[in-house]
Amino acid sequence: MSDTITAEDPLSGEEIDLPSDVEVGEIIDSPATGAELEVVSLDPVTLEEAPELEEDWGE
Amino acid sequence: MNIGLLYSRIRRDEKLLLNELRERGHEVTKIDVRKEQFDLTEPPESFDGLDVVVDRCLATSRSLYITRFLQSYGIPVVNSHETADICADKAKNSLALADAGVPTPNTKVAFTVESAMDIVEEFGYPCVLKPVVGSWGRLMAKIDSEAAAEAILEHKATLGNYEHKVFYIQEFVEKPGRDIRVLAVDGEPIAAMTRSSDHWLTNAAKGADAEAFELDARAKELVKQASDAVGGGLLGVDLMETGSDYTVHEVNHTVEFKALNDAVDVDVPAAVVDWLEATVEGEKTLAGVSA
Repeated sequence: MSDTITAEDPLSGEEIDLPSDVEVGEIIDSPATGAELEVVSLDPVTLEEAPELEEDWGE
Repeated sequence: MNIGLLYSRIRRDEKLLLNELRERGHEVTKIDVRKEQFDLTEPPESFDGLDVVVDRCLATSRSLYITRFLQSYGIPVVNSHETADICADKAKNSLALADAGVPTPNTKVAFTVESAMDIVEEFGYPCVLKPVVGSWGRLMAKIDSEAAAEAILEHKATLGNYEHKVFYIQEFVEKPGRDIRVLAVDGEPIAAMTRSSDHWLTNAAKGADAEAFELDARAKELVKQASDAVGGGLLGVDLMETGSDYTVHEVNHTVEFKALNDAVDVDVPAAVVDWLEATVEGEKTLAGVSA
């Protein structure tokens, strides 16, 4: 089984490699832009720009 | 067990937990809180059959409301609403620590710029102004002068939302370039690390260097007291060394642990899941006894 899968970066349009065990909801850093992307579905793996961090977000 | 994991983002912390739970054969229900609606009496379907729900919401408001709803439905949640309520607010957090006799930095709260300015002048320079809600070191101000104090207080009063009109002011603690983060379950430390930085803020989110730290008996005692003071659970207890003792400045309720896991030899997610299993088993035993 391949260790990576590919998906399209919604911001740059480029193909990017993701770990094969990505989860829905997982946050990925776009290698092209550094922006945070969110995995929104797995079949096929689809990415969207992640929501902005908000003021009351944190640990 | 069937574990619900509340999330709005799956970060490395959540992924470590998910992997550990699945490897042990637990059923995991991931619940994206952005998609849920909360009725006053009936839990959403996503929560059917769960033995426990682990709150990993990043947004404080979501964490506070959902834990309250879950407790109303009778669904066990980690951490409890009471713990989240205290830890989410720095003023409540400080009060709980002080009430329990845990050493904590001298702190005062005021609601107007004028009263806040009086506190700043009483503490002297530098002192620290923090938002009552917030983390990762955001919007923290080390106030070095009267001019800086006037500017920062005016900005907060003019630009901030209502929470920024609660002025939480703390004495500046001269720490040795580092603070200590302890991950603890019901007051029992799983592991600890120092966070070192040349900057006065030593948050991991601000790029501080993490190193394993061996807790002495006094630190362990304070971690237990601090955990009890906020109601227990899976917590991040932050301490600073003051020379002869420690001071506990904060307890965090949706604690991140990926930096700790990288810094120490302990398998942190495994220890967290050990505790979750024991907690659920304990709840079942208690329910059996009371039934």
